[in-house]
Amino acid sequence: MTIEAAAPAPALAPAGTSPRRRSVPPRERAVGGVSQVVLVAGVIVVALPFLWTVMSSFKTSREIFASPFAPPTQLNFVNYVNAWTQAGIGTFFVNTLIVVGGALVLTMVLGAMCAYYLARFEFRGNRVIYWLMVAGLTFPIFLAIVPLFFILKGIGLLGTLPGLAITYAAFALPFTVFFLVPFFKELPRSVTEAAQIDGAGEWRTFFSVMVPMAMPGLSTVAILNFVGLWNQFLLPVALNTDSHKYVLTQGMASFASQAGYSIDFGALFAAVVMTVLPVLIVYLVFQRALSGSIAIGTDK
Amino acid sequence: MTTATRSLVAAGAPGRGARWRRKHLTFDKVSFAVVFLGVPLVLYVVLVLSPFVQAVVYSLTSWTGFDTSMTFVGLANYVNAFTDPTFQLAVRNSVELVIVLPIVVIALALALASLVTIGGPSNGQVRGVRFGEFYRIVFFFPYIIPAIATGIMWNQVFDPSNGLLNGVLTSVGLKGFASYPWLGDTRTAMVSTMFVMAWASVGFYMVIFVAAIKALPAEIYEAARLDGASRLRIALRITVPMLRSSIRTSLIYTGIFALDAFVFMSALNPGGGPDDSTLVISQELFKSAFTKGQFGLACAMGVVLAGITLLFAAIVFLVDRITGGRETAGE
Repeated sequence: MTIEAAAPAPALAPAGTSPRRRSVPPRERAVGGVSQVVLVAGVIVVALPFLWTVMSSFKTSREIFASPFAPPTQLNFVNYVNAWTQAGIGTFFVNTLIVVGGALVLTMVLGAMCAYYLARFEFRGNRVIYWLMVAGLTFPIFLAIVPLFFILKGIGLLGTLPGLAITYAAFALPFTVFFLVPFFKELPRSVTEAAQIDGAGEWRTFFSVMVPMAMPGLSTVAILNFVGLWNQFLLPVALNTDSHKYVLTQGMASFASQAGYSIDFGALFAAVVMTVLPVLIVYLVFQRALSGSIAIGTDK
Repeated sequence: MTTATRSLVAAGAPGRGARWRRKHLTFDKVSFAVVFLGVPLVLYVVLVLSPFVQAVVYSLTSWTGFDTSMTFVGLANYVNAFTDPTFQLAVRNSVELVIVLPIVVIALALALASLVTIGGPSNGQVRGVRFGEFYRIVFFFPYIIPAIATGIMWNQVFDPSNGLLNGVLTSVGLKGFASYPWLGDTRTAMVSTMFVMAWASVGFYMVIFVAAIKALPAEIYEAARLDGASRLRIALRITVPMLRSSIRTSLIYTGIFALDAFVFMSALNPGGGPDDSTLVISQELFKSAFTKGQFGLACAMGVVLAGITLLFAAIVFLVDRITGGRETAGE
């Protein structure tokens, strides 16, 4: 456990202004103890199901049926191989990488451009466009899903990975713009003015000056978008019905709902672990930046 | 693209005055405006905005998707939906979710956020309990897991004979749970589903509230503590009122989350649960559209869902206004 690395919790006041006292009154100690018990119980409820899933993913079906607790007799990766090949998780994984990768690039480029324009240029209708974009954050996707199906069908993109990527990107735009507009607004104007005096056009100013300056903001939005797009469920289930083109989330759902007890439970557990792992890695690597930025996003 | 052309007129002159410097309309500026504003807007309008408008139109037709002619049927789809006992049940279940889930999630998130920021020992500076940072990281973790994976995982945890939950319960002596179907019994199916949805979302709102509390001046808490206010009193009389706008936004987002619920239902009880006790509007909508091909009816259900969402948001704002008015009058 790396609890020591996580502690001590940052205090509200600047650290080190008053040294912690040695003697703690008994009542205080009781309150602190109860808090810790409650929080540890919470940690168990959060972590245990996932740890159990990881453990079960190494068990054979017979071992799973024998006892939910018993650890696997040997560490075999058969379930992972089965899930990857027979259940098609491998194909779904590649499809997901294509769709999420494409959508991420598209929404970041378009979102950054749109946010930059809305943040830096005053024109009539600026506010209207901004609010129309932000309103997209609150619409229930369910209302749009049927017409969306026919729009994509009409332009021949229904059931294709590029079509899905473009749709993902379009639905990630409101969040991207909402998050990046305040970010671009806060970048100093003097730098752009200097670039323009030096003869840089609008295009060059954006790509050579503004984008590098906005990198911290862009990368946080990209991480949040990655997690959101990876977890997308309704859009693929409704718009991407060819089972060879399934993305991970919908592949998981169809795998889990296959007829009753013929499911290979070990492979199902392995599939869950493989679906969770990419976002878990991204989260653990970027968690500090991530949780800080969420706060910024909701402050507005 | 009238907005784009209009925009580039003003692009060269950020000042308020209408100094239309036409000589600045270079190719650089024109192409910049068209690409930077035009392309994202077209994508957004075509794929996000227009479907919402079209859905309202479709909901008034008997469209099945195959014929090109759309017959206008007025409110017939709405009448059909509301006279269908299954849809009535779905509406009732969705409303139940949107009433219970946001309150539970936000209350839990607030309690946890208070513990890790200001719940620490009351000597010395105001601070959270020990290992607060660690707890924050762990509790946020479920939020990043794909919801379908969360649902499948909990479906296995709830499994009557091989699940983790009944395994734990029987091993501590509660033999009555030896093969209790948590998701297959009308008494517990909805509660279990709500629990999973709360499990998946509490950490996210906890992180939001942690950040909001940290942004408050510490003196407020120090002053309250000097006055001898208890932790509960501080939480209810200081934290909640100070975080009013964060709480309001979070309630609305959890409301939207509760009214969707589609992915969790798909993983936990795809068929609507025992006696349709966990059937929600989004499932009925999906079934009407993509299994039965009744697109007009499905769109009407979508409008009903959007209506409930708006109503919920309005109630949150109203309650906020009423309680907020009293707070400021009292001070």
